[in-house]
Amino acid sequence: MESSSAYGNDLNLKATELRLGLPGTTDEETAAPGVRNNKRPLQAEDAGEKCGANGKSEPQNETAPPSKAQIVGWPPVQSYRKNNLQAKKTESEPGLYVKVSMDGAPYLRKIDLRVYKGYPELLQALENMFKFTVGEYSEREGYKGSEYAPTYEDKDGDWMLVGDVPWQMFITSCKRLRIMKGSEARGLGCGV
Amino acid sequence: MMNYFPDEVLEHVFDSIASHKDRNSVSLVCKSWYRIERYSRRRVFIGNCYSISPERLIARFPGLKSLTLKGKPHFADFNLVPYDWGGFVYPWIKALAESGIGLEELRLKRMVVSDESLELLSKSFANFKSLVLVSCEGFSADGLAAVAANCRFLRELDLQENEVDDHRGHWLSCFPESCTSLVSLNFACLKGEVNLGALERLVSRSPNLKSLRLNRLVPLDTLQKLLMRAPQLVDLGIGSYVHDPSSEASNKLKHAIQRCKSIVSLSGFLEVAPRCMSAIYPICGNLTTLNLSYAPGLHGNKLTKLIQHCRKLQRLWILDRIGDKGLGVVASTCKELQELRVFPSDPFGAGNDAVTEEGLVLVSAGCPKLNSLLYFCQQMTNAALITVARNCPNFIRFRLCILDPVKPDPVTNQPLDEGFGAIVQSCKRLKRLSLSGLLTDQVFLYIGMYAEQLEMLSIAFAADSDKGMLYVLNGCKKLRKLEIRDCPFGNSALLEDVGKYETMRSLWMSSCEVTLGGCKTVAEKMPSLNVEIINESDQTEFNLDEGQKVDKMYLYRTLVGHRKDAPESVWIL
Repeated sequence: MESSSAYGNDLNLKATELRLGLPGTTDEETAAPGVRNNKRPLQAEDAGEKCGANGKSEPQNETAPPSKAQIVGWPPVQSYRKNNLQAKKTESEPGLYVKVSMDGAPYLRKIDLRVYKGYPELLQALENMFKFTVGEYSEREGYKGSEYAPTYEDKDGDWMLVGDVPWQMFITSCKRLRIMKGSEARGLGCGV
Repeated sequence: MMNYFPDEVLEHVFDSIASHKDRNSVSLVCKSWYRIERYSRRRVFIGNCYSISPERLIARFPGLKSLTLKGKPHFADFNLVPYDWGGFVYPWIKALAESGIGLEELRLKRMVVSDESLELLSKSFANFKSLVLVSCEGFSADGLAAVAANCRFLRELDLQENEVDDHRGHWLSCFPESCTSLVSLNFACLKGEVNLGALERLVSRSPNLKSLRLNRLVPLDTLQKLLMRAPQLVDLGIGSYVHDPSSEASNKLKHAIQRCKSIVSLSGFLEVAPRCMSAIYPICGNLTTLNLSYAPGLHGNKLTKLIQHCRKLQRLWILDRIGDKGLGVVASTCKELQELRVFPSDPFGAGNDAVTEEGLVLVSAGCPKLNSLLYFCQQMTNAALITVARNCPNFIRFRLCILDPVKPDPVTNQPLDEGFGAIVQSCKRLKRLSLSGLLTDQVFLYIGMYAEQLEMLSIAFAADSDKGMLYVLNGCKKLRKLEIRDCPFGNSALLEDVGKYETMRSLWMSSCEVTLGGCKTVAEKMPSLNVEIINESDQTEFNLDEGQKVDKMYLYRTLVGHRKDAPESVWIL
C-alpha cells in the first residue's frame, strides 16, 4: 500500500510532502484533533482507473488526496447508477452543427453530429438526406462499391475519410463534411 | 369478549388493517385472532429472504396473494458483497407453485432471478398480475418473454434498475393480442431494442395503462405515437429525448405531450438535448414527481427553467450538477417538496460540480415540508446542519454523503458531531440516518440519546472506539438494521449485548476490528442468528486463527437456521 493512498494514517507527512498544488493554495486537510490513527488504511481500487478514465494530463485535484477515488464502494452509489451515468458526457455540450456539401448538389445542408451515436447512424442519415449510397467501409480500401466517399475537414484543414478515427475523436475534430463523387472520391479511398 | 364476534366480522375488521406491523400485532393478541388473521392475510413482506422458509410461509398464510422479498444486504449495491452471495428467488417460486397458492403479485429487491424462475412463475399462477423487480439480476429478455406470453391478466411489469442481459429484443412482441390489462409497464433499465410496432400496438390495446417508462432506444417518433395513444398516462418515463426544436417532429411531440393532462410523474431523459425541454413545460405544472437523476445533459439554465415550472413538486431526484444556485431555485419554487435526492454526476467522487452545504440550507429554508433527504455533497458544516435541523424538524429519512468520507467542517475544522446531533435531536420522527464526514464517538452518544424512532443506521469511516457502537446499541430501541464499514468497533462492542441482535433484522460490519473469535462467540450464544463471514480473498481456506480480523460479517435473525445455498466465499459460523 503506497503511503500516498494511506490517507487516514499519518497526516504529519503532509507538512513535508511535495505537492503539485498551486502556490498559495491552502491545505484543506489539516488534522482535526479527533483524527484517529487506528483506522485501517483505505483499500485502493485499481489504481489505473482514475488516471486512465479521463485522459487528462494535468493533475486533477491539486488539494484533494489522490486516494479519494480509490475507496471500494465509496461514494455509496448503486453500481447500476454508476454504470449508466458514465458514457453520457457528450450530451452535456450544445449541438455540433456542421455543413454538409455534396458534389453536384445545388445547396448545402447542416447536421448536428451530436444527434448520432456512431458512424452507421451518421452515414444512414447522409444517405437519406442526399439520396445516395456509400458502400462498404474497410480500413484498407475506404468505401468500396460506390462512387461516393464521405469526407470531412479536420481541425488542421486536411480532408480526411470519414470512419478512420474513433467516433468521439471524429465529432470533436470535424469542421465540415463533404461527400465526394467520382474520381476524386476513388483517389481518397485507395492506398493513402 | 372476542368470542362474541363471528369470525367474518373480525375478518372484515382486519381487512381494513393494511400495515404489516399492525397485522403482525393483531395476530399476537390471542389464538383465535391469530387463526383468523392468518387465513385472511393476503400480503406478506419479508425483509430478509433467509429469515424464514417458503414452506413455513405457505403453511401459515394459505391465502397469500402478494409477496415482497428482499435478498442481498444493502451494501451489495456498492460492490461490497460477492455476486454469488445468494438471494435466489427460484426456491420460493417453486414452493409456491407446488402449494397451489394463488399468487398474484411478486415484488423483489436485490435478489437473483433466473429466466427459469420467471418461466416457472409465468406458468404456475393463473391469476398472476404484478411483477416488480428492483435491483435484481440473473435474468435476460427470455425470462421477460415468458412473463409476457403466459401471464394472461398481467397488470404490472415494473423493472427498476436491474442489470438485464437483453440482447434479444423480442420479449415485448410476446404479449398476446388478448392482453389488454396492462396498467404499468416499466422497461427503462433494458439496454436492447424492442419491437416498436409491437410496443405501439400494446399501448393501443391497453386502455388502463397509467404508467409507462421507456428505455433509451425508443425513438422520438415512437414516443409521440405512444403519447397520442395513451393520453391517460399518469407516470411517464422518457427514454431518448433528442430532437431539433424547430422540426415538425418536435411540434408533433409538443402537441402529443400537451394532451397528457394527467401526467404527475416524469422520469428518464436517458438521452437528452437540453434545448428541447420547452416542449415539456405545459405539463410541468402538474408534476408531483420528477426524476432527472439519469440526465447529466440537463444542467444550468435549461434545468432551472424547467424546475421553475414545477410548482407542485413533492419528490425531486436530481444530479449535483444543479449546483447550490439551482437548489436555490428549487427552494423558491417547490414549496410542496417532501423528498429530495441529489446524486453525484461523477460517481467516482471528483466532485467538481458538486453541491455544498449552501444548497441544502436554501432548500431547508424554502421547503418546510421536507421529510426525506439523500444528499451527496462536497462538504458540510455544523452550522448548516443545525440550521437545517431547525428549519425541517420533520425528517423521516436523512442520508448525507460527503464525497470525501472523513472531511471535517471546512470552516471550523471540527468533526460534524454537533451538526448530526442537532438533526437527531430536532427530528423526533427520524427512522433512517446515514452519516458521513469526520465523526467521533460523540455523534453516537447523541444518536443513542435522541434518535428514539431510528430503525436504520449507516455508518462509514467514523468513531474513535467501541463506545460509539455501544451508544447506538444501547440507546436506539427501535433499531432494525445497522450497517457499518471502516470503523474501529471490535469485539467488546459486538459482544456487549448479543440478545439485541434478535430484535433487529440484520447487522453488517466490514473493515472493522471484530475478530473471528468474536463472531464465533455471537454464533454460539445466539442460535437464532446466522453469522456469516464473507471472505473474498484468494485464500482457499479460511484462516482459522481466532484473533484474525474479519473482513466482512453479516448477521441476521432467522427462524430456519443455516441456509444451504451459500457460496464458497461465505462461511456461516
